[in-house]
Amino acid sequence: MRTLETQQVRPSIPSGKGIKIERAITVGLPAPEVYTFWRRLENLPRFLHHIESVTQTDDRHSHWEVKAPRGKVVKWDAEIIEERSNEMFSWRSLPGSDVDNAGSVWFIPAPGGRGTVVKISLKYAPPAGRLGAVVAKLWGRDAETEIAEDLYRFKSLLEAGEIPTTQGQPRAAEGGRR
Amino acid sequence: MRAVCWHGKQDVRVDDVPDPAILNPRDAIIRITTTAICGSDLHLYDGLIPTMEAGDVLGHEFMGEIVETGREVKNLRKGDRVVVPFTISCGKCFFCQRQLWSLCDNTNPNARKSEMLTGYPTAGLFGYSHLYGGYAGGQAEFARVPFADVGALKIPEGLPDEKVLFLSDIFPTGYMAAENCGIQPGDTVGVWGCGPVGQFAIRSAFLLGAERVIAIDSVPERLEMAKQAGAVTLAGNGDTFDRIKELTGGMGPDSCIDAVGMESHGATLAARYDRAKQAVRLATDRPHVLREAIHACRKGGTVSVPGVYAGFLDKFPFGVAFAKGLTLKMGQTHVPKYMPPLLEKIQRGDIDPSFIITHRLQLDDAPEGYEAFLNKRDNCVKVVLKP
Repeated sequence: MRTLETQQVRPSIPSGKGIKIERAITVGLPAPEVYTFWRRLENLPRFLHHIESVTQTDDRHSHWEVKAPRGKVVKWDAEIIEERSNEMFSWRSLPGSDVDNAGSVWFIPAPGGRGTVVKISLKYAPPAGRLGAVVAKLWGRDAETEIAEDLYRFKSLLEAGEIPTTQGQPRAAEGGRR
Repeated sequence: MRAVCWHGKQDVRVDDVPDPAILNPRDAIIRITTTAICGSDLHLYDGLIPTMEAGDVLGHEFMGEIVETGREVKNLRKGDRVVVPFTISCGKCFFCQRQLWSLCDNTNPNARKSEMLTGYPTAGLFGYSHLYGGYAGGQAEFARVPFADVGALKIPEGLPDEKVLFLSDIFPTGYMAAENCGIQPGDTVGVWGCGPVGQFAIRSAFLLGAERVIAIDSVPERLEMAKQAGAVTLAGNGDTFDRIKELTGGMGPDSCIDAVGMESHGATLAARYDRAKQAVRLATDRPHVLREAIHACRKGGTVSVPGVYAGFLDKFPFGVAFAKGLTLKMGQTHVPKYMPPLLEKIQRGDIDPSFIITHRLQLDDAPEGYEAFLNKRDNCVKVVLKP
């Protein structure tokens, strides 16, 4: 267990600002396994459906990219500001990010040996201007739904080994054809 | 390939659609050899199940031959003959591990939408609306079977399709309905609805040791089929309570099965009121049979509901159920739990499920099949389709 220095860090989103989302899901695997999968940040695009890529630049720092319409790329750098192995970590985006964001993920053993409660708490501040419009379009539907769906995908990926999909299955064209 | 597609209320068509492909590592593709129209497909046909989309491929009772497998499917190979359960289950989650396969956590791609309605998402089903995952169904020449490694049941050689096809749904569904009754020696079981699920519930109740089954329906040929299974039959339309009471010496059946669901007919005033409310969408379901089953059940008995309900019920006699201390059991069938033991019963000759088939059609004739089944025309009880 180790705790990184948290004193005197400028929060990336001032309190009272931004959009806050909290959501939990139970994954039927032991906490160390669930933690390890999530903490390997390169895994995240497999279930966070807006995230195109995450590159870990060192133990604490990572670079995030989201593909936006018309060839635009929304990107930011993040840093882990607190970490307790197999238990939780917190991050915040660094100055110069397209979308300021910060949050924590906890990995809590579920009662009755039912696996791990993964609890995420995050905040993001949509930028102003044209970039803001791009972000709003991406996260537009309802951020809670986005996170809920991402967590369902995460759970399925870990428990079932794949994410259920119907993308690409047959259906009749509009109006049908005989 | 050719596939039966939903286009709207009482509008199904056989369309040319693209062939299915492997989309996930645990998928398999099967070439369908026999498929069927289920009574619950008629709820889709009548436009009463929300979140259907024009173009959706129908069908959740099907079997066939494996033609391709995803890289994580190790227990099946090309050429294997399989029956596919209508419920799609991962085999790994809390619910699958407890044999609650239709409540699987990991197979509904629209989990969030499902959660918005039910609080928690339920499993994906083949060809049964987007709330249940939006999976393409098996009234087609080919189908993609997700999680084929836990779902598809291999069929030993020598058993014809028609004997094993109904392991996909109606036999397990009737069986689970009877099992949910917790039948004790000497019990009387009332079965409302002598369609395919009702017929299997009647036979399953006897297999599980019921002394007597009272079968209720308004269609003579269906009652005749119930009689052949050994049931006492009652012709009725929501007006059978007094006769059931008399038949059971004033005590009521120990358990009652509603094998009708949300579109019960009924000829009483309340039933007409239900139809009017459903027509204008003031209520989604017509619970006529369920009301009568609750009313007729003996004190401390069980009401078991394999019939499909989708939404809100009007004038549900909850106080009656409470006063009599009833147990209510229901839900989509946990098909994989029942497939192996019921296959064994078929192999032993305890039951031959093909008794239910009244109509054998080509896949291209599916629209006529739906119409005949809906209107019970030409003594139609069960339609199988050959691609």
